Amino acid sequence: MKLSELTRPWSAFSYGFLDESAKREIRRRILKAIAVPGYQVPYASREVPIARGWGTGGLQVTLTLLKPDAVVKVIDQGADDSVNASSIRKFVSRVGGTVETGDTTQATLIQSRHRIPEEKLREDQILVLQVPNPEPLRPVQPDMSVAREMHADADYGQLWLILYEQLVRSGRIMQGASYPSMVNGRHVMTPSPIPRWDVPKLNRADHLTILSAGREKRIYAVPPYTSVEPLVFDDVPYRVEDHQDKACWRSGVRGFFMNELPQEDGSSLYELSDSHFGIKHIRKAAGEAVSIGETWYRNGRMAR
Amino acid sequence: MTAPGVAAPTGLERQPPRLMLARPILTMRGVARRYGDVQALAGVDVTVYPGEVLGIVGESGSGKSTLLRMMNLEDTPDAGTYHLALAGREPAGPDGRNLFTLDRFQRRMLRAIHIGIVYQNPHLGLRMGHTSSGNVAERLLIAGNRNFAELRQRAREALEASEFPVARMDARPNTLSGGMQQRVQLAKAIALEPAVLLLDEPTTGLDVSVQALVLDTLKRLQRDRAITMVLVSHDLGVIRTMADRVMVMRCGEVVEEGLADQIFQDPQHEYTQQLVHAKL
Ligand SMILES: Nc1ncnc2c1ncn2[C@@H]1O[C@H](COP(=O)(O)OP(=O)(O)OP(=O)(O)O)[C@@H](O)[C@H]1O
Ligand SMILES: [Mg+2]
Repeated sequence: MKLSELTRPWSAFSYGFLDESAKREIRRRILKAIAVPGYQVPYASREVPIARGWGTGGLQVTLTLLKPDAVVKVIDQGADDSVNASSIRKFVSRVGGTVETGDTTQATLIQSRHRIPEEKLREDQILVLQVPNPEPLRPVQPDMSVAREMHADADYGQLWLILYEQLVRSGRIMQGASYPSMVNGRHVMTPSPIPRWDVPKLNRADHLTILSAGREKRIYAVPPYTSVEPLVFDDVPYRVEDHQDKACWRSGVRGFFMNELPQEDGSSLYELSDSHFGIKHIRKAAGEAVSIGETWYRNGRMAR
Repeated sequence: MTAPGVAAPTGLERQPPRLMLARPILTMRGVARRYGDVQALAGVDVTVYPGEVLGIVGESGSGKSTLLRMMNLEDTPDAGTYHLALAGREPAGPDGRNLFTLDRFQRRMLRAIHIGIVYQNPHLGLRMGHTSSGNVAERLLIAGNRNFAELRQRAREALEASEFPVARMDARPNTLSGGMQQRVQLAKAIALEPAVLLLDEPTTGLDVSVQALVLDTLKRLQRDRAITMVLVSHDLGVIRTMADRVMVMRCGEVVEEGLADQIFQDPQHEYTQQLVHAKL
């Protein structure tokens, strides 16, 4: 028997770059993550041709879910055109033969770092969030095996202790991004470093959200129509960022999450963080036939 | 060290022993624990009655802290049973659940809600980087309280009861004196009105005047709230002023047990005689 008889002829890559066993591994982990909402499922994280910490976890999920008819959007802090977002998007379309888009309403698969688009996602869309630190208990429990016991026991009092300390010291809750949230009344997750503005979009959403941390090798999910409740005290309501009255200097649009652009005179300009959403508004104002999807927020308030 | 008990009368002298007709609140039987070659506990029986202060004395290494850790369910013995009467219910009798058989979660919850502990080393009992009130509030949070105003109020009350200056309730323990740190631990321990308050050398390492003040607070709490206490100390003066009954330990065994007066005035066991006479 010769070695060549035991091997297959060389081919460049598997469809979607990852080999079948890697994809099977991730699919099984995703199924488990969906079955136990908010629970962090360990998985065998593979090497992909970007550096750890730049979205390898999200990319592996995206590659696993890829189909030839997928329409893929990749955003980085709301922007489609950052170097990282565009190189991930190009890579995905190259290994998957898929269509790239900036338009949230057109996409079937959205990989994102630190934002959820302003246009409401539908049942037929999947959101993949890149996660740097999946463990909400890390600030209170550096020993991860104890943290896992605490999840098993739903022992989350110490997370409220952090909020208590913030209220005592600063008079308000300082936790901005990665606001710890209870999923399906059972597991507390970190929703990845999305702003507080975006967390309510996960609650009883129509779409599936998969969160993946490549370096930490954890996948967790928020299935459609699943409750996601930010941790709060009974008498101190959850507050999103004060952006409802800010207007985007490019598009004039109000009532959505903004990037603040400090000016030399000490004032600030604001622009829509969801860049393609802003582009659509500008095009529409210029008379193009652009369809803008239904939004989660209306008049600066969560519409549900 | 001077025994704080010989200070001028303060109205807080040890009360005559209460009649112990009540059923025990805490019972341990045959508790044994071995660490390698060391038999830290060699079959210890403990009975504690509601509202009393049980003092435990003994030389270094005699197993006092190990016994308290067992009471706090921080460690599992090799043998033995443990029953606690919770929230006014009948103490678990022979048919009740041996607390040593509880699973990790049940132990944690029992410990968090029904047992208070003050360690000699405040680093064991407190989060130094958090506020003092937060340290107290943590217990209430574990018990499920999610109302910020109420947490503040109850933390303040517990700190007040521990005679902690509430103006400093939001100071971090690592900015406080040793005596104040012990008061924060105490406030944390009593915040939920525990079935039993465990005190492991709570005043050791404090200077004598501070020690006396902390002991006064303990006595006041004991008198006003009838909190059941188990107090470990190698300072017989502390035990003498605080305890209703005394257990003398040596090499993991109880060598003598009895009413405080009886132990101090008429020690039976040779080892106790040595202890008492060395002291006097
Ligand atoms: N976790 C442990 N591992 C190994 N040995 C231990 C452990 N805990 C206690 N021991 C040993 O058990 C014995 C009893 O210790 P323990 O701390 O209960 O004594 P103690 O009476 O509290 O003494 P001290 O007055 O010095 O505080 C000692 O010999 C100690 O070294
Ligand atoms: Mg000790």
